[in-house]
Amino acid sequence: MNILVCISKSPDTTSKIAFTDGNTKFDENGVQYIVNPYDEWYALVRALELKETIGGNVTIITVGNAADESIIRKALAIGADNAVRIDAEPTDAFFVATQIADYAKKNNFDLVLTGKETINYNGSQVAGMVAEFLDVPFASQASKLDVNGTTLTLEQEIVGGLQIVEVSTPAVVSCAKGMAEQRIPNMRGIMAARTKPLEVIAPSAVEVYTSFESYSLPDAKKACRMIDPSNMAELVDLLHNEAKVI
Amino acid sequence: MKALVYINTNHFAAKASFEAVTYAKKLGGEVTVVAYGNAAGAEALGAYGANKVLVESSINEADNQQITRLVASAVEATGAEVVIFSHDLVAKAVAPRLSVRLKAGLISGAIALPETGNGFTCKVNVFSGKAFGNVAVKTAVKIISLLPNSIQPENVGGTAIVETFNGNMGAVAIKVMDTKKPEGSIPLPEADLVVSAGRGLKGPENWGIVEDLANVLGAATACSRPVADIGWRPHHEHVGQTGVAIRPNLYIAAGISGAIQHLAGVNGSKVIVVINSDSEAPFFKAADYGIVGDAFEVLPKLTEALKNFKNAN
Repeated sequence: MNILVCISKSPDTTSKIAFTDGNTKFDENGVQYIVNPYDEWYALVRALELKETIGGNVTIITVGNAADESIIRKALAIGADNAVRIDAEPTDAFFVATQIADYAKKNNFDLVLTGKETINYNGSQVAGMVAEFLDVPFASQASKLDVNGTTLTLEQEIVGGLQIVEVSTPAVVSCAKGMAEQRIPNMRGIMAARTKPLEVIAPSAVEVYTSFESYSLPDAKKACRMIDPSNMAELVDLLHNEAKVI
Repeated sequence: MKALVYINTNHFAAKASFEAVTYAKKLGGEVTVVAYGNAAGAEALGAYGANKVLVESSINEADNQQITRLVASAVEATGAEVVIFSHDLVAKAVAPRLSVRLKAGLISGAIALPETGNGFTCKVNVFSGKAFGNVAVKTAVKIISLLPNSIQPENVGGTAIVETFNGNMGAVAIKVMDTKKPEGSIPLPEADLVVSAGRGLKGPENWGIVEDLANVLGAATACSRPVADIGWRPHHEHVGQTGVAIRPNLYIAAGISGAIQHLAGVNGSKVIVVINSDSEAPFFKAADYGIVGDAFEVLPKLTEALKNFKNAN
């Protein structure tokens, strides 16, 4: 099975979130970038598990600058076979999806996997856009994925529950918790990653659909009001009269 | 602006649907709703500002490709300039597809009405709720996926005209083999009130005091990641960075320390109440009201106090 896994960089979950240049840019000062956890823990690892059981090839793709090659090497160290970097700043989801779809169209993939969202933009946009560009089915937020020939069996979250569904390949699947367990790369993987093929491709021209104009931080939370554990009537009164939530 | 709102099948009476229609109404133009399946109750959306509801009633179950075709057909039929979704699991699959199909920029997770004075920008949640972004959309048609509990539904009275609609939805590509929906419980992403607990509860057998409180409040129950991972509670109750992100009016957390990954899933809550025996628990910094105490004593007392409050009101 020929699998394309889309990965994105995201700031480490403990990063301090701040903005610079008049609140128009994310402040990267002191920020450690990681592979977006949904892309790494679930999409990539499940792709590798499938390759290990049924054979095939796992290609990773990211849209980013040369500085982002550290996340590519990490993904290769975990076990991907080869990598593609579209050499461009990932300006919005539509731009990224266009680049991935253009590459996927030229290389016949049975399966395109992504994480369910990135933890920086939380848009859940790229996977669905790629599916529409490729005109293939899209199983979103799958927590299980099994393959039998050209049939995928998936468990996916739906509004208020779970669904077991079947889809034929080729397809796009976005991966959520439950799909696989995180893998830590070993020394052999890290060494091998240095020599695995990494193709750098110039981006396709794309019309700008959306852009982040500015950012802001939430207002500082006012101090927590402490309530005596023996006085729950006071809490109920505050929730009713002050917070007005009950 | 002329707006089209997509409403999930059988969701004509859902709060998230009222929010989406209210949002569309506030854009100031004609509001059309599109849905598929059973049309019963569709006219009630008129109360929130829908002029017309188009229902493709020849189909009862649809996948995201089919829904994309339906909404695209409705945009063509109505000339809508803005398409509104409630940012749920269906929207997360359909809205991106529609963006490509209609060549329309998508704002994912909007939390406010757009600013239209200079271009078209909208406020969204980014960095897992730790910051906001202002997104500008440059395309003629715009798609907005609205985070639940971001605006107050406004019932202005009236009924909508309901029309059958041919959505040209095509064939199904995703075959549903089985559906599991927990009976009777309130779906977490839609809940206004949520009671959540973590490892401080010491074992799954102790969840009765959490459920008692949730029942009195009419709240949904949730849990922290460790509790879902060790199997004390089902995964769909896990809120946090890797679980469900929620934005209820009230979030009560007992026995949860408040790791940054947990906060990422709940920091959109309007009011947070934290109950923890450790006065140094980081969660107190994110809380509006805090109680340092043993959850096993505090939860039943809170339940009791709420019962008294409900009886008195």
